[in-house]
Amino acid sequence: MSDQSRLALGDLQIDALTELVNIGVSRAAASLRELVNQQVFLSVPRVTLVSRAEAIEILGTSEDKGLVAVHQIFEGDITGRALLIFPEINSLELVRAVTGGALPLEDIIELEQEALAETGNIILNGCLATIANMLHRSLKMSLPEILRGHGKDLFNLAPPPEAGDVVLFLYINFAVRERDIRGYIAMLMDMPSLEALRGLLDEFIERTAGGMAPEVNAPA
Amino acid sequence: MPFQVLIVDDSKLARMAIAKAMNNLHPDWTRVEAPNADEAIALARQQHFDIALLDFNMPGRDGLELAAELRDLHPGISLAVISANHQTEIVNQAHDVGAIFLSKPLTEKALGQFLVQVQQSKGQP
Repeated sequence: MSDQSRLALGDLQIDALTELVNIGVSRAAASLRELVNQQVFLSVPRVTLVSRAEAIEILGTSEDKGLVAVHQIFEGDITGRALLIFPEINSLELVRAVTGGALPLEDIIELEQEALAETGNIILNGCLATIANMLHRSLKMSLPEILRGHGKDLFNLAPPPEAGDVVLFLYINFAVRERDIRGYIAMLMDMPSLEALRGLLDEFIERTAGGMAPEVNAPA
Repeated sequence: MPFQVLIVDDSKLARMAIAKAMNNLHPDWTRVEAPNADEAIALARQQHFDIALLDFNMPGRDGLELAAELRDLHPGISLAVISANHQTEIVNQAHDVGAIFLSKPLTEKALGQFLVQVQQSKGQP
C-alpha cells in the first residue's frame, strides 16, 4: 500500500468524523457560553487527514508568526496528542474575549496561561469526549499544558514521533464578543491508532445508518 | 395522510441516520434530502413540504436562516432545528422562527415525539 492510500479515510468515514467533531465543538461552544456568559460561535468548516510533515507545512505557510497551543495527551483504543493551536497574536485576543475585555493588559497577560488552558480544555475535551462516547470507547485525557513555538516544535514533542504518524487537522472558527479568532485543532496519532479509528468509524456508521442505503437521487 | 418531509444536513451520514429513523417511524411518508440551504430552498419552491428537519451548523446559511426562509415559502410548515449546540440564544432563535429545537445526535425517540406533536398540530391522530 502506498503512503497515500494508507493515509486515506473513505468519504463516509471523513463525513462521520466531521459530524462527530462538529457535535463535539457544538457542545464545547455551549459549555463556553456558560463560562463567558455570551453567545459563542464555534464551528469546524473543514477536516483533513494529513501526514505530520504536511501539518507542519500547512502551519508554516499560513502562520509565519509564533503559535500558542494547548496540548493534551489522550490514551485508550486511540492514543495520541490533541493540540488546540492559535497564532500567538490571537491568544491575547482570545483571553480578552473570554474574560470580557475590561481587564487591564497586565492582568490579561497574567491570566493568559490560565484562560488558554481552561478554554483549550473545554474545546479539546468537548471534541475528544464526544468522539469517544459516540464511538463507544473511553479515552483518558492528561491535564492541559500550554506550548509556544512553530509548527515543527508542536509536532516534534518528546517522545519522538513515529515516521508514519498522521494528523487529523481541523480548521476552526471561534468568535465571541465581536472578536473573530481563527485556529486549528490537530490530533496527532500513530498508524495503529488510525487503523483503530477507521474500524470504530465503520462500526459507528453501521450503528447510525446501518441498512439505509444512500438515496438514489440524494446528493453526495 | 402521509407527510412530505424535507431533511437538510451537510453530512450525508446525518441525513442517512435521520432517514433511517424516519423509515422506522413512518415508512409511508415521503423523504427528500438536501445538503445545504440553497438546494433546500430550490426544492421547496418546486414542491410542498409539511415538515422540515434542519441541521443548524451548515456551511453557507445555517439552519435558523433556512427555517425562516422556509416559513416564508410555506407558512404552515412544521420545523425542527437540530444541533448539539444548545446555547440559550440558539434555542430562543429557533423558537422565534417557530421551530422546535432538537438535540444532536438525534434519537429516534426525540424525533418520534416531535412528529407526534406535528400530527396533533395538523389535526391528525
